[in-house]
Amino acid sequence: MNAGDVLEPKTFTVTRADLVAYADASGDQNPIHQDEDVARSVGLPGVIAHGMYTLALVGRAVAEWTDGAEVVDLGAKFTSPVVVPAEGGADVVVAGTVKSVADGLATLALEVTCDGQKVLGMPKAVVRA
Amino acid sequence: MPVDPSLVGREFPAPAPLTVTRERVGAFAAAVGHPGGRDDVPPTFPIVLAFDAMMAFLDAEQIDLHRIVHGEQRFAYERPIAVGDELTARLTVTGLRQIGGADIIGTASEITDATGAVVCTGKATLVHSGATS
Repeated sequence: MNAGDVLEPKTFTVTRADLVAYADASGDQNPIHQDEDVARSVGLPGVIAHGMYTLALVGRAVAEWTDGAEVVDLGAKFTSPVVVPAEGGADVVVAGTVKSVADGLATLALEVTCDGQKVLGMPKAVVRA
Repeated sequence: MPVDPSLVGREFPAPAPLTVTRERVGAFAAAVGHPGGRDDVPPTFPIVLAFDAMMAFLDAEQIDLHRIVHGEQRFAYERPIAVGDELTARLTVTGLRQIGGADIIGTASEITDATGAVVCTGKATLVHSGATS
C-alpha cells in the first residue's frame, strides 16, 4: 500500500434479519435496533442499525482491502443513523484511500455513506502495513 | 431523569471474563460478514466485552438500554485478540455533560487478558435521552 492509493468502494446491504443476528452475536439487544415502535418512542426515524454493526462493516472492508492486515486503531462517531426498512435493506458504502504510510503503519481515510449521506464522523482505521 | 454527575471516575467491571472460543468468534464473524477463517477475530469483537461492562453500568444506575444511543466508539489494540484468550473488561465513566435534555456519557473500557496485560482499550460516547412523557 502506498499513500494516495484509492481502495475499491465496498457496498454492504443491511437488513432487519442482519440486525437480529448481530444482536445475538454481540449481546446488544437494544430494541431500537429491532422494534419500530420502541425506536420511534425515543425519537428515532425507525429501526436503526447498531453503530457497531456499521463499524464492523468498516472492519470488513479494511480486511478485504488489506487481506486481513492487523488493525491497530479503529473508530468513528455515529453521526447519522442507518435506518433499516422492514422490507429490503439499507445499502452502506465504505470508500477509502490510503492517507499515509509511515513507521510500518498505514492510515486509511474513510468515507461511509448510506443513501449518499455520511453516517460516520471522523472514521479512522490504522493497520500494520 | 439526568444521570448522576458523581458517576464520573466510577469503575464498572464486566460481570464475568469471556473466553474467546471459535464458536463465539465464528458467530460474530458470520453476523458481520467478516472474511477469514474461524481463528480470525474481527476487530470490533471486543465490543462484546465493552457492552457487558456498559450493561453492568446501566443496570447499576437503573438506566434503560432503549434510551441509549451509541454516539462514538474507538478501539486501540495492543495486540490482535486470539481464540483461547480469556478477556476481562473494566469500564470507567470519564465524562458527563448535558446537551438539549440528553446526557452525553463518556466511557473508557480497558480489556485485559488472563495475565493482566492490556489487549485493547475502548472509548465510547453514550447518548442518553431522558423520558419525555
